[in-house]
Amino acid sequence: MHLAYPAVLSALLFCTGLYGVLARRNAILVLMSVELMLNAVNLNLVAFDVWLSRAAQETLHSGQALTLFTIAIAAAEIGIGLAIVLAVYRNRGTSDIDRLRDTAEGHGDDTDPGTDTPAAEKAEATA
Amino acid sequence: MTTTTLAVLVPLLPFLGAAAGLLLGRTAPGLVRPLAVLPTLAALVAAALVAVRQGGGQAIEAHTELTPTGSVPIDLALDIDGFAALVAVLVAFVATCVQIYSTGYLRDDPRYPSYAALVSLFTSAMLLVVYSGDLIVLLVGWEVMGICSYFLVGHYWETPEARAASLKAFVVTKLGDVPFLIGLFALGTDAGSFSIPRVLDAVANGGIDHPTVIALLLLAGVAGKSAQFPLHTWLPDAMAGPTPVSALIHAATMVAAGVYFVARLLPLFEASRAAMVVLAVMAAVTMTGSGLAALAQDDIKRVLAYSTIGQLGYMTGALAVGDRGAAVFHLLSHGAFKALLFLAAGVIIHAAGTNSLAAMSRMGHLRERVPDAYWTMTVALLALAAIPPFSGFFSKESVLGAAEHVATGHTAQAPGAAGWLVLVAGLVTALLTAAYATRLWLLAFRGRGAEAPDHGRQPLTMTVVLWVLAVPSLAFGGLTYRSLPGWLDGRDLTPTLFTSILGTGLAVVGGLLTYGAWQRTTALAARVPLGAVAAHPEGDAGLVEAEAIASHKPAYGDIAQAPDPADPGRLLLGPLHRHAATGFHLDAVYSALFVRPVQAGASLVRFLDREVVDTYVRGAAALPRLLGAAVRRAQTGNVQTYVSALLAGTVVLAVAVLLVATGA
Repeated sequence: MHLAYPAVLSALLFCTGLYGVLARRNAILVLMSVELMLNAVNLNLVAFDVWLSRAAQETLHSGQALTLFTIAIAAAEIGIGLAIVLAVYRNRGTSDIDRLRDTAEGHGDDTDPGTDTPAAEKAEATA
Repeated sequence: MTTTTLAVLVPLLPFLGAAAGLLLGRTAPGLVRPLAVLPTLAALVAAALVAVRQGGGQAIEAHTELTPTGSVPIDLALDIDGFAALVAVLVAFVATCVQIYSTGYLRDDPRYPSYAALVSLFTSAMLLVVYSGDLIVLLVGWEVMGICSYFLVGHYWETPEARAASLKAFVVTKLGDVPFLIGLFALGTDAGSFSIPRVLDAVANGGIDHPTVIALLLLAGVAGKSAQFPLHTWLPDAMAGPTPVSALIHAATMVAAGVYFVARLLPLFEASRAAMVVLAVMAAVTMTGSGLAALAQDDIKRVLAYSTIGQLGYMTGALAVGDRGAAVFHLLSHGAFKALLFLAAGVIIHAAGTNSLAAMSRMGHLRERVPDAYWTMTVALLALAAIPPFSGFFSKESVLGAAEHVATGHTAQAPGAAGWLVLVAGLVTALLTAAYATRLWLLAFRGRGAEAPDHGRQPLTMTVVLWVLAVPSLAFGGLTYRSLPGWLDGRDLTPTLFTSILGTGLAVVGGLLTYGAWQRTTALAARVPLGAVAAHPEGDAGLVEAEAIASHKPAYGDIAQAPDPADPGRLLLGPLHRHAATGFHLDAVYSALFVRPVQAGASLVRFLDREVVDTYVRGAAALPRLLGAAVRRAQTGNVQTYVSALLAGTVVLAVAVLLVATGA
């Protein structure tokens, strides 16, 4: 199989993931988009590993080994990410990223204190 | 004990008393009075012993070098000649009287411990000035007196008058002290020594290159300390202090220091004829001006303050005609009777509950209330007016005699013009002195009207001191004018017939004129009721006085005068009265010449600081603030915006790296 196919596929996957991260509103969908980007990278790793090991005398398949690491770390990351999103949702009743703007400049002045207090509690909780 | 040890003890004892009084004042209140009186009394005994042993003969000199100080050495030196020995006795005597008097006068005052300690320190500083044989050590005492006078004049610091007066006293004397310091340095450099005997040697050998400049610089400091025109304005205002302090400052310490200093270094001043003429002009203006001003004052202590300025004018006059014996003779007799006048005035203020002569002249039977003050003050006023045989007569005639001696050209040590100036001004002042002394006596003791308020018997400590001081006021001059020349320069102090008749005649004329004016105006007194009285039957004299001073301005509209048509001074002075009451508007002139320009300068500096300098600072802050506001806009709080920016940055960096790598 020519290298171009997996490379183009992974580029498409990555761009889809990037679009999702930049454009989706729901935090869970953003996390899913992050997974897409990760998997695009994984695909790249496997494909290039195969392509490189064809010419080599001897190979350790380090690309494929690295993929396994990435998958494991991605699993852990998505667990923590989802837990945070759940906690935010429980506190705020929403997981809409556009409304989670606590770090905005001048935020304390123009939002009502009702949404402020749970944010402070959350900050304390995560600290 | 050797004479030197005794002499060292004289300034040291009051100093130790002051230190102990300040340290123990709070913890051991019972010790405060002994610690105030006993060291000063011991200093008096020591000073008297030193004077007896010195005996007007060879000067006692001793010096020790504390540490090498570079080019011109500074020694802890004693130099006690007849002048120093006698003046020290006077200082210690008056200071002892004042300390004893203060125990009664300020008996309930909460700040008495610090007051007594400061009086002791003041005395110690003056004794240091008197005994010191080194100009720099003398300067130390000189400046300590300045700061002590600041604290003591401001004793009633609750009243705005006292605060203003203490600041004024300090600033005006400091104004003279700056040229004084420069003059001392110039003198030390020229003579190669700060030691007084060596400086005088250098003067005698013509070793001083710039006598006029040095003498004029030193005169500025003397004018400040001795309250001579044009730096005398602090002294009448210093009356806001307690009466014993006024007595101390005016009789023996502060103001005497200037005269004493010139007497000590008179050969230096004689080396410059210009300085002698300036001294004579200063003395003449001071004498006549203060005599006129004293005639218009309403506050009994301000009358005495102006009279002090006038009598100091006599002393500087005597120095201007080169007779320091006469100057110190007048200093001694004036010290006794002026201390008595002030202390008696304190008793009167306590008894009358007011310091206003206008109010006293409407008060009957004041003299029966304070018989001791009445009789002793009469003696002191006669001495002030120079009526024979009181001591003021002999000392004043010795000054006038010296002036006449110079004016007629019998000696060459002083310019004849200075002699004429001092003689004429002295005779005019003799008339004025008698006039204001009579006015004071008539208004204070011959008042008619309501009974004086009853403040109870005066404390024994206060009245005994008056009689003690009355003895030298009465007899000092007559008893000693023959023996004093042995102590002083050896020049004859016997009154000459011509000036005696002229001076006494003028004094009698002045007294009679005032009496006549008083007889005409006294009928008016009943028609114009005036007077505010502070009645504190239980309070001590200090409290009564503080209230009397504080209430003078609200009650009469001015601190110096009262709108009293029954005042004989008003009739005598005529249109001059208005000007004389304000000290010939000198304060207003100073305010226009110095105070207002300084205030204008201060507001200019404030404007420059607030509006110009601060504008730069604010401008420097404004640019970063603008930039900060611009950057802050990027902080939206939306994570996706941040990631977009991150992506854009990454793309830009990647493109840049690619371009660089491909060498495009």
